Amino acid sequence: MTTSWKPSADITTLKRRAQYLADVRLFFAERDVWEVETPILSQSAPTAPYLDSFTTDYMPIGSQTKQAHYLQTSPEFAMKRLLAAGSGSIYQIARVFRNGEQSKKHSPEFTMLEWYRPDLTLHQLIDEVNALMQHVFQFDSIMRLSYRMVFEFFFKLNVHTCSDDEIKHCTLERINSLPDDFETDRDGWLELLMSYVVEPRLAALNCPLFIYDFPASQSQLAKIKHDQQGNAVADRFELYIDGIELANGYNELLDADELRQRFENDNQQRKEQGKPEVKTDENLLAAMESGLPECSGVAIGFDRLLMLVMNQKDIKTVQSF
Amino acid sequence: MASVSTNQFKSGLKFMLDGDPCSILENELVKPGKGQAFNRVKFRNLKTGRVNERTFKSGDSVESADVMEVELEYSYTDGEFWYFMDPETYEQHAADATAIEDCKKWLKEQYVYTVTQWNGSPLLVTAPNFVNLAVKDTDPGLKGDTAGTGGKPATLETGAVVRVPLFMNIGDLLRIDTRSGEYVERAKK
Repeated sequence: MTTSWKPSADITTLKRRAQYLADVRLFFAERDVWEVETPILSQSAPTAPYLDSFTTDYMPIGSQTKQAHYLQTSPEFAMKRLLAAGSGSIYQIARVFRNGEQSKKHSPEFTMLEWYRPDLTLHQLIDEVNALMQHVFQFDSIMRLSYRMVFEFFFKLNVHTCSDDEIKHCTLERINSLPDDFETDRDGWLELLMSYVVEPRLAALNCPLFIYDFPASQSQLAKIKHDQQGNAVADRFELYIDGIELANGYNELLDADELRQRFENDNQQRKEQGKPEVKTDENLLAAMESGLPECSGVAIGFDRLLMLVMNQKDIKTVQSF
Repeated sequence: MASVSTNQFKSGLKFMLDGDPCSILENELVKPGKGQAFNRVKFRNLKTGRVNERTFKSGDSVESADVMEVELEYSYTDGEFWYFMDPETYEQHAADATAIEDCKKWLKEQYVYTVTQWNGSPLLVTAPNFVNLAVKDTDPGLKGDTAGTGGKPATLETGAVVRVPLFMNIGDLLRIDTRSGEYVERAKK
């Protein structure tokens, strides 16, 4: 076996990476958003059923007792505690970890650029992401469409009112690699259509796109509101460029009781899938009870962004090792 | 039979799908941010040779296929089966017409072929990349034409027809690339 000690990115790429990091910091400095650092290691983790944290044990010296700890999948919870403590607008360039995720577009350890703006609405935050993409990364101004419009355009489906069966049939019809007896839930079908049909088509059309107003079942940690047609939708957005899911933003949920309920639902789903339940973050819930300001937040996969800017097809080629 | 989970999927892995042995060509993880994970797998059906795609839920299992590749020497045919011999044990393996379909025109006695076996019987016979075959029939050679322009058809000892340079004669030994079916050069022996 040959041991390859060499970096998986070339030195020129890594220098450009450093320059982009500096440019991003300048972008936020000019907007009075200050940089924070929060712990990577935590005693609690997100409950999301399809998000697996790395776990490790803390053992006090001279003791055999183990305390479970998690590596963060995003700095979201700690940053929200800062917001509740009155931080104002903050950003972080954080190392995050996701167990089991490895592909040309996934790395179990990657860099996330995440920021929170108590003074901006979700669409004003989209404006700011757009400005960052234009000024720092030289993209053209990016179009916006609601999730409903995207599904109407590609599938002639009203995603908020159609039945589970209609979505299932549409998916089986459009994706030939799915066997007829394939089973998943409503969000599973929607995610398949998104990954197999929408993303490649957007890439082929060369059409970077902000998609907003997601189905309420995919609200994650965003508020739920009603759109102009009266459908309950999750007040969040994602950004797709070249068929790559690049950013995920929320009008942040503020209600601690609602969040506790979502955590419990997640853990119930985990149980049904035979996955370990995750201890909910009581610190976050307490911070929200004391009062999280109205705010919008977004996380961008920084390595994926560099892949797009530098025209790389494998995430390894923008990471040092 | 052992089962294999999607997390062990990689190119070259042999598994059973709808009763047929298949070999993975590409395995791609499809994982939206906080959504479910799927494995999008491109595979070759080893029985039909067809390439296809299948999506699995990550964490699902498939049955592994008892597929092996062995190097065997071609012996003879009785018209119904083509017999290959293990050069060490002298054991004979009978391959049917489907298994030898792709390499039938390159089959020559005593040459070694790669035989893909499923549950011990030949599923697919693959010719080596290059074989040396003699010209059985072609128009008379043209003296002086060494540039190899144009060329002419020649029937080889196995029945294959390839385009060869004009100066080639019956009995000449040629090196053939079996992947493209093209003449490469004159062979020494």
